[in-house]
Amino acid sequence: MSLAQDPRAMAELDLGTPPDPDGHVVAIPPPRRRRGGGGLLRGLLGNAKAVSGLVILVVFALMAFLAPVLYPGDPTLIQGIGSQPPSLEHWLGTTAKGQDVLALNVWGSRSSLFVGFTVGILATFVGMLIGLASAYLGRTVDNVLSLVTNVFLLLPGLPLLVILAAFLPQGLGTVILVLVITGWAGSARVLRSQAMSIRGKDFVAASQVTGEGGLRIMFREMLPNMASIVMSTFLACVIFGIGAQAGLEFLGLGDISTISWGTNLYWASNDGALLTGAWWVFVPPGVCIALVAFALALVNYGVDETTNPRLRRPRRRTTPDAPTRVAGPTRKEAAR
Amino acid sequence: MGYILRRIGFYLVAFWVSITLNFFLPRFMPGDPVSRMVARLQGQIRPDQIEALRESFGLSDAPLWEQYLRYLGQIFTGNLGFSISRFPTPVMDVISSVLGWTLLLGFVSLIVAVVIGNVLGIFAAWRRGGILDSVVPPVLIFIGSFPYFWLAMGMLYLFGVTLGWFPLRHAYEVGTAPEFSLAFLGDVAYHLILPATSIVLVSIGGWMLGMRNTMIATNAEDYIVMAEAKGLRPNRVMMQYAARNALLPSVTAFGMSLGFVVGGALLTEVVFAYPGIGYTLLAAVQNLDYPLMQGLFLTITTAVLIANFLVDIVYVRLDPRVRVS
Repeated sequence: MSLAQDPRAMAELDLGTPPDPDGHVVAIPPPRRRRGGGGLLRGLLGNAKAVSGLVILVVFALMAFLAPVLYPGDPTLIQGIGSQPPSLEHWLGTTAKGQDVLALNVWGSRSSLFVGFTVGILATFVGMLIGLASAYLGRTVDNVLSLVTNVFLLLPGLPLLVILAAFLPQGLGTVILVLVITGWAGSARVLRSQAMSIRGKDFVAASQVTGEGGLRIMFREMLPNMASIVMSTFLACVIFGIGAQAGLEFLGLGDISTISWGTNLYWASNDGALLTGAWWVFVPPGVCIALVAFALALVNYGVDETTNPRLRRPRRRTTPDAPTRVAGPTRKEAAR
Repeated sequence: MGYILRRIGFYLVAFWVSITLNFFLPRFMPGDPVSRMVARLQGQIRPDQIEALRESFGLSDAPLWEQYLRYLGQIFTGNLGFSISRFPTPVMDVISSVLGWTLLLGFVSLIVAVVIGNVLGIFAAWRRGGILDSVVPPVLIFIGSFPYFWLAMGMLYLFGVTLGWFPLRHAYEVGTAPEFSLAFLGDVAYHLILPATSIVLVSIGGWMLGMRNTMIATNAEDYIVMAEAKGLRPNRVMMQYAARNALLPSVTAFGMSLGFVVGGALLTEVVFAYPGIGYTLLAAVQNLDYPLMQGLFLTITTAVLIANFLVDIVYVRLDPRVRVS
């Protein structure tokens, strides 16, 4: 099988160039030896799903960043009469205590995004270290690390979260620690299997022969080649972090004194927003969480589609029994 | 056979880890759970019971390994101590009285989600680019992005509070006693609809996409082309050839979810005040009922381990490649 026929090789070569409307691949850039995050990023910017996800994320990041400018002062202070539906003065109404719902959620994005991304980074990092070490060192190290990973995968996450949060002192640090403890195993398993397949490639053996050190091979040779899967693992971990933090705080087991989407939901349910019909109190935090998670999922599908051409949406409706187009239409067809 | 034995060994290790975690957590955590519990139980607890409590929380003078061995012994005789918040009910009794509700809610919602999700996935992959393939997945991903407890709150508000179609809380009408009558079973089903639907809505997207993606890969296999070349009817190719082979990852995922049935619906149970394991666990945490917490956690982990083991066994039957490697 030549390089051009191998779909995986094609994916690595033409990441940056989406086919033109006729389905031609315009130009195939010359193969580059090492493709870091740059190629992936350019591929993502050409993918509609990934771009819309990134736009939503940027909006939320701006919101979190500009919270002190948009709503200066302490958002937990009482701003007016309690349980008011949305009005011009309070765009999203007020809580039962009389706080402004919009201000609470703008400020809440800070803690939620911070915890989500911190958990994402830490959990992916731990998973990456374990996965790489497991795949590169092999044998006993691999057996022990895989055993630990699999055991952690089996431990039920949410109940363990609840129990750990109950025993540990309340605080933001605890929430992050607990989420990393319960969240790293999934990424370790995914990254290990990817690292395993890279471990078997010739260039790793070549690096060993040229006398490169173990750390250098793991981080400079193997890691750049799994950039896309590290990326999608990271995104999945962030989604997990944001959702799990909200769940913990909704149960009142996080840090109730901070403002986040989870604590907003906790207070909404504690103040009986559901029963008094104050939908404007509990809807916004949920929509915020969902939008961020949806945006991250979109970016994740974008990563998947840019690196796995089989998942790319077909140009036109096809059935499995339609003939497979190996190349673009012939010149005669195109002329018609 | 060697494969099964290795798996048994693994599950024993996992079980030991969870027991050990259960043993050490209260011992290394800051604070003094026993004095808080004793304060709660002022007047209803005998001195020898206080002593037993102190011992089960690592405050006895016996060396750690001796306490550990005694703890192991207690677990294997099914003695998990007494619940503090429902004193003097043994933890075992509390667990067995709530386990059934969790299993009911979990199994019903899991099976509904798996069946609908997989069928949708099969059709989406078979007609690439059709409506089912292009419109439904994004919608389901979007619904799946909502925190599932929030969706539960929304449904409770919409269908319970505003429209009044469904009951607001609990698993059956408060005031009636559980019995095997048609009226009671109907009542249970009526109370089940909202919580189960909220779980199904959130989880269905994952099943559909998983099935769709494996099915797309399977559709590219040579034996599919062969089946079509033979002139088999499309439905037969889709179900008997493609879907059947694409089902394996779903079986694994089903097994993993099977284990999480017991602990997974925690937040849904809390929102609907559904008297299951999760709801009881939260109540135990809020009441500082440490023995009950430990017992519930042990129940949940055991369920996960058993479910995964069953899947491993089934997998050997389904996928001959496992037996060889």
